[in-house]
Amino acid sequence: MRLNRSNLCWLVLALITVAYLLFWALLLGATATYSTPDSWLQVLRSPEIRHATFLSLLTCSLAAGFALLLAVPVGYLMTRLEFRGKSWLDAALDIPIILPPLVVGLCLLIFFQTKIGKVIEMAIPFTYQVSGVVLAQFVVAAAFAIRTMRGTFQHLSARPEDVALTLGCTRFQALWHVALPAARRGMVAAFCIAWARSLGEFGPILVFAGATRMKTEVLPTTVWLELSVGNLEAAVAVSLFMVLLAVLVLVAVRATGEKV
Amino acid sequence: MIQLDHITWSVSGRTILESMTVEIPANTYAVLMGPTGCGKTTLLEILCGLRRPTAGRVLLDGVDVTDLEPRERGIGYVPQDLALFPGLSVREQIGFAPKLRGVPASELKQQVNRLAEQLGIVPLLDRLPDMLSGGEKQRVALARALAARPRLLLLDEPLSALDESMRAEAVALLQRVQQEHALTVLHVTHSSSEAAALGTLHLRMVAGRLEVDSRG
Repeated sequence: MRLNRSNLCWLVLALITVAYLLFWALLLGATATYSTPDSWLQVLRSPEIRHATFLSLLTCSLAAGFALLLAVPVGYLMTRLEFRGKSWLDAALDIPIILPPLVVGLCLLIFFQTKIGKVIEMAIPFTYQVSGVVLAQFVVAAAFAIRTMRGTFQHLSARPEDVALTLGCTRFQALWHVALPAARRGMVAAFCIAWARSLGEFGPILVFAGATRMKTEVLPTTVWLELSVGNLEAAVAVSLFMVLLAVLVLVAVRATGEKV
Repeated sequence: MIQLDHITWSVSGRTILESMTVEIPANTYAVLMGPTGCGKTTLLEILCGLRRPTAGRVLLDGVDVTDLEPRERGIGYVPQDLALFPGLSVREQIGFAPKLRGVPASELKQQVNRLAEQLGIVPLLDRLPDMLSGGEKQRVALARALAARPRLLLLDEPLSALDESMRAEAVALLQRVQQEHALTVLHVTHSSSEAAALGTLHLRMVAGRLEVDSRG
């Protein structure tokens, strides 16, 4: 193949892509080879890490489930209905994505010191509780789930729902019987993305729910706690476990055909 | 009978449909022609309640249905892309409207089978939309609309996806369906031959206005 200007352009772009991926491979490779698989297993078997793993899996699943419950109606509304101020609402829905994570945690902490927050806490205590972990994960994960569901509904034609309306459906029935079955892959993707986002959440959890061992400690806080006491091997083992979980989620999302 | 009483549709300051007034008698097969983008589909959507007109009224058998929801109008709609429900079998597509009405399972099965026989799609009942040809999809969409027992059937270029050899067969099918179900049909088409073969009332949209071309 003759190396003309066009081919040279593609070659340069490909080299940039390969260099980026290589950088990531080196990062993960260096982390993976820092300690041995035996020491990873030893760390992951400790009661504290097993508790943090269980709590992470539980809270991520709950947060992702709640995020999906919110994302479906919001995503549907934002896709199917035209109204004044829609672009402002659209921007507002993205606020949790652009806010610094620690600020999200601080906002939660301050909100639950207000009168409304205290009333809510009388029914369900959140601050420095497991429920606080779920809430901290949910507030950020929901924004990503909403984005995914919006994309899903945008790619689905509204026409079958219109026809369903003429066949006797109410708008809610059209959503339930026609739009949701068609959007099931997107719903799986939104759940997975919210789950992965929750798994990596650290700042809001640290500020709002704390990092109490065997209570509100989740995997990212474990990494931070282990690092803070100089136990790098444990931090590496937990980090690699989180990488594995993230890769599994990525594979699951790709299997749905949706893009992250 | 369908009556359009000074129907107007404007969007972003542009008038697409301008004070359209027409009467289509019951059991008429009306064909509507007009250039691309002139608002034919918009008119169908206003008729079945998917859009609210900017001004004017829609009357069905003398009753003003302008403020009624689509499900309350008794109008069947077959859009140009047919809009079959993804993931539902042909049997489920046809049974969709009767199931919503709460028709018992045994009667629902009978209704679905009867319509499938009428439209020659019995062997397709367990197939998904992805496994159907253009002609088969068109029959399924028609059966699905008929299962709702509409008074009026709106067809938006239903034959546009069919090749020439299948078109004659589809025209005969539409004529038979209209007579057997005693329907009033409003059929949008670009094809003069299709309009000549089917239409007993010929309408034409020109510059946002509706003209009666001829009566069959």
